Amino acid sequence: MLIIGGGATGTGIARDLALRGVRCILVEQGDINAGTSGANHGLLHSGARYVSSDQGSAIECREEGALLKQMAPQCIDDAGGLFVAVEGDDEKYVAEFPHLCSECGIPVKELDLKEARELEPVLSDKLIAAYAVNDASIDPFKLSLENIAQAQELGCTLLRFTKVIGFEKKNNKIQATHLQDTVTGEKIIIDANQVVNASGAWAGEVAALAGVKIDIICSKGSLLVTHNRITDRVVNRLRASANADILVPGGTVSILGTTSIRIENLNQVYPTVEEVDAMVGEAVKMIPALENARFIRAYAGVRPLVGSRTASDDRNVSRSFALIDHTDDGLENFVSISGGKLTTYRLMAEKTADLVCGHLGVSKPCLTRTEPLPETQPGKWTQPGLAPKLWMQKHEPEDILLCECEMVPKSVVDSIVDAIRKQDGQPDLKAISLRSRIGKGACQGTFCGVRVTAYLFDQGELTFDQCLAGLREFLGKRWHGQYPTLWDKQLVQSELLEALYCGLFGLEL
Amino acid sequence: MSDLKSIECDLCIIGSGLAGMAAALFAAARGLSVVQMGHTGEIIFASGLLDLLGVHPVSEKRLWSDPWAAIDALVRDIPHHPYARLKKEDIKAAFDEILAFLEETGLTYHRNIDRNTGVLTSLGTVKTTYAVPHTMWKGVRALKEKSDCLIVDIRGLKGFSGRQIVAAFENEWSHLRSARISFPDSDHLNEMYTEHMANALLLPYNREKLAGVVQPLVKESSIVGLPAILGLYQTHEVISHLEELVGIPIFEIPTIPPSVPGLRLKEAFERGLRLKGVQYFSLTRALQVRQTAAGHFETQIGRDVVEHIVDSRGVILASGRFIGGGLHADRTHIRETILDSRGHLINQAGLAIDDAFRPLADSGGPAFESLFAAGSILAHNDWKRVKCGAGLAIATAFGAVNAFVRLCR
Ligand SMILES: Cc1cc2nc3c(=O)[nH]c(=O)nc-3n(C[C@H](O)[C@H](O)[C@H](O)COP(=O)(O)OP(=O)(O)OC[C@H]3O[C@@H](n4cnc5c(N)ncnc54)[C@H](O)[C@@H]3O)c2cc1C
Ligand SMILES: Cc1cc2nc3c(=O)[nH]c(=O)nc-3n(C[C@H](O)[C@H](O)[C@H](O)COP(=O)(O)OP(=O)(O)OC[C@H]3O[C@@H](n4cnc5c(N)ncnc54)[C@H](O)[C@@H]3O)c2cc1C
Repeated sequence: MLIIGGGATGTGIARDLALRGVRCILVEQGDINAGTSGANHGLLHSGARYVSSDQGSAIECREEGALLKQMAPQCIDDAGGLFVAVEGDDEKYVAEFPHLCSECGIPVKELDLKEARELEPVLSDKLIAAYAVNDASIDPFKLSLENIAQAQELGCTLLRFTKVIGFEKKNNKIQATHLQDTVTGEKIIIDANQVVNASGAWAGEVAALAGVKIDIICSKGSLLVTHNRITDRVVNRLRASANADILVPGGTVSILGTTSIRIENLNQVYPTVEEVDAMVGEAVKMIPALENARFIRAYAGVRPLVGSRTASDDRNVSRSFALIDHTDDGLENFVSISGGKLTTYRLMAEKTADLVCGHLGVSKPCLTRTEPLPETQPGKWTQPGLAPKLWMQKHEPEDILLCECEMVPKSVVDSIVDAIRKQDGQPDLKAISLRSRIGKGACQGTFCGVRVTAYLFDQGELTFDQCLAGLREFLGKRWHGQYPTLWDKQLVQSELLEALYCGLFGLEL
Repeated sequence: MSDLKSIECDLCIIGSGLAGMAAALFAAARGLSVVQMGHTGEIIFASGLLDLLGVHPVSEKRLWSDPWAAIDALVRDIPHHPYARLKKEDIKAAFDEILAFLEETGLTYHRNIDRNTGVLTSLGTVKTTYAVPHTMWKGVRALKEKSDCLIVDIRGLKGFSGRQIVAAFENEWSHLRSARISFPDSDHLNEMYTEHMANALLLPYNREKLAGVVQPLVKESSIVGLPAILGLYQTHEVISHLEELVGIPIFEIPTIPPSVPGLRLKEAFERGLRLKGVQYFSLTRALQVRQTAAGHFETQIGRDVVEHIVDSRGVILASGRFIGGGLHADRTHIRETILDSRGHLINQAGLAIDDAFRPLADSGGPAFESLFAAGSILAHNDWKRVKCGAGLAIATAFGAVNAFVRLCR
């Protein structure tokens, strides 16, 4: 069994199949969560967001959200959520909301406005309605890393930085899959009995390599990270989905989003200044304090929306997923899964695994509804605020901090390096930053970049070329997120970063 | 406010970064009475290296070994660069004057008059610069000649790895080695800070201990490189003592901030300028500047509230960019922070000026007859990429002070 794509869906499928005793190889062109799973809002939907646009999705979210809170509590901050409307918002939408929620079985409680503002004092004083729902936040990095960790433990093989570049077909089957190592350029071939295309927004591209057409719309969404946590709960604007109407807390920060812009090129997905401006401009109606909040970076992800290309607003295309058995297209051992949500990843994985197990004649049932996701080391460090908490609890003085903004000590870097080595990877700055908060704090890599690099050298983990290339790549990646937020303190920070890396070190030369 | 007595002077200098310090020196040397104020700015972050011009054009990443030829090319291509407003002789004279002053205060710099110099950094890159503190100068030669060299790093000093530097030169510098030591009497400390160590080395006793740890590691090496911690001041004394004890030459390698050579520069300027009669208010901001009917400037200064009023014939704005605080950006605008946008044009990159270093008003003429600007606040300078940070600060301060002197005559 070959799984293409190391996002929430692909890693979820790998775990599901591993629990059923099916041996798989998972290939991912980048690192784990290199795609949309690494660039989303991290909201574990209660379902309330979709009660008016898509009741099927709403119900799916309700069920899966509740299940995940039990099965993977280590990845979830069950913060609760609010839906609030402000003066000028559509009152008809507001009036229908509680009714629609109950239709979908989604618990909702009306709050009086004073109570709402007591719960979240930053809310606008122009509120006209407020409801409490069971929204939560979820750490997508930890989720995928934990899924793949258990799958690997049960025998799954993970090949990161390995990209599918073509298929050989024979007798209505995929005979062999051609892959390329994206770092060394080396080519390999995998003969698999079944091929699962879980490449999210890229599913159309991958299917095309097999000569199969999938209709996918790609819609970019941008998000903005604040320096501090602004609210305790998830706060949603109570209106039909539009720009910047959700603020999700994640550890010590909050994430504001999102936008929706159709795109064609999946490899140039960056947030823009215009989006950031539009988002802040809109969000202040709900939370005025955002006007002067410090934003430390922005990022963008791509929604894969499987469906027709006629819908006018991409948010209205169903978010419910598409599972396609390509037998109908003349390929008996090729399955694609795309669309959906992070919240429903488990269900998507279950349905996909059911389908391919049918093809394989495996009758073992899905276990992910009842088997909790084990807690392992590598996933732990992505949660904002966690490293400092643990560091302070078991404070060992020699365990010095390599990243001071997010308080990531040496020991955390060590354990991440270990985990990467176990996955046969190269523990460079980028891989470590993916698995921790390094580079994600206020300094955006100014100091931790140099410090972690020097530390890796001391540990004998790097060669010099890897070091400079790694630093450049790390800073380049951070830069895409920084440049739309360059005003006030972040601009000062960024000037210091440039003074150090260009002014002093000449790293750009 | 009227009960505040005003301090009268010829020139009020806002900012105590390199540009402000240089301006204060030039003004004092020309017999002007000077009041200066500021916080810290970039100078305490800065490496201590004084760049003149290293790269042009930025897009081609072209490195120059002759900075003066580089200036010709830069000025030809970017006619609005602040260097274009100065003659090369003036830039040379400005450097001469600054370096002579620093020498007097005990901070000796070395350079090749017509050539840039390559300095080893803690990252393992070679930085192109112009004037180099004497503490780093021997390393320049060791790098060029690939001498038998030992890089010593210090347990607990983050962001400085001797192994990294050695790895950087793996194929071209076979006689480069590294070793790690514990700083004397630091066994109870897990993190080491450059300033603390530099301070500790002011005591001969600590130097003896340090040399005692380093000496046995020297073996066949003919020179030793250490992070820039060899004395907060009195570097001549600290280094020659260490060299005597260890038995071979020693040089410093610039580090990430907090940077000891940056602190040395600041300290040397503050001490030297005091002796020259500059009245300096530290940790003090200019809160407002306004022009009086008599054509003078009244600058209100203080930490939070107005503590003094400075009455001066001229003002030099050397308040830096975003780090220093001279420029501020909100979501939609960049503005100069002291005079606001009243009266003069501020473009995205900083202040546009005339040939006398006066910020321009919308009309295109100078905003005020005797308001000048110097340093990184100036538009079109891009010091981080073209590598002209210190040179820009020094040369434009020279230009601004001389323009003021001419005006007074
Ligand atoms: C802005 C935004 C906000 C969102 N917010 C939320 C939210 O708050 N809550 C929620 O539930 N959902 C949210 N979503 C949706 C959710 O993030 C996605 O539905 C989910 O992450 C998709 O996961 P996936 O594994 O299917 O796809 P991906 O995570 O994109 O994984 C596909 C992987 O396939 C890899 N790949 C592609 N081509 C190849 C190839 N040729 N060879 C090898 N590998 C390949 C990619 O590198 C990628 O890692 C959001 C989406 C966006 C865009
Ligand atoms: C990390 C780093 C590395 C560097 N490395 C090098 C190098 O290798 N070589 C090199 O040549 N240069 C280097 N530099 C830069 C160089 O040292 C100069 O500092 C720089 O060119 C700017 O000088 P400046 O005086 O114009 O501004 P700043 O140094 O920013 O000084 C501005 C001053 O204005 C003050 N100020 C601002 N607002 C007010 C107000 N309202 N009232 C009173 N005072 C005010 C600030 O407090 C500060 O004192 C480096 C800088 C940094 C940050």
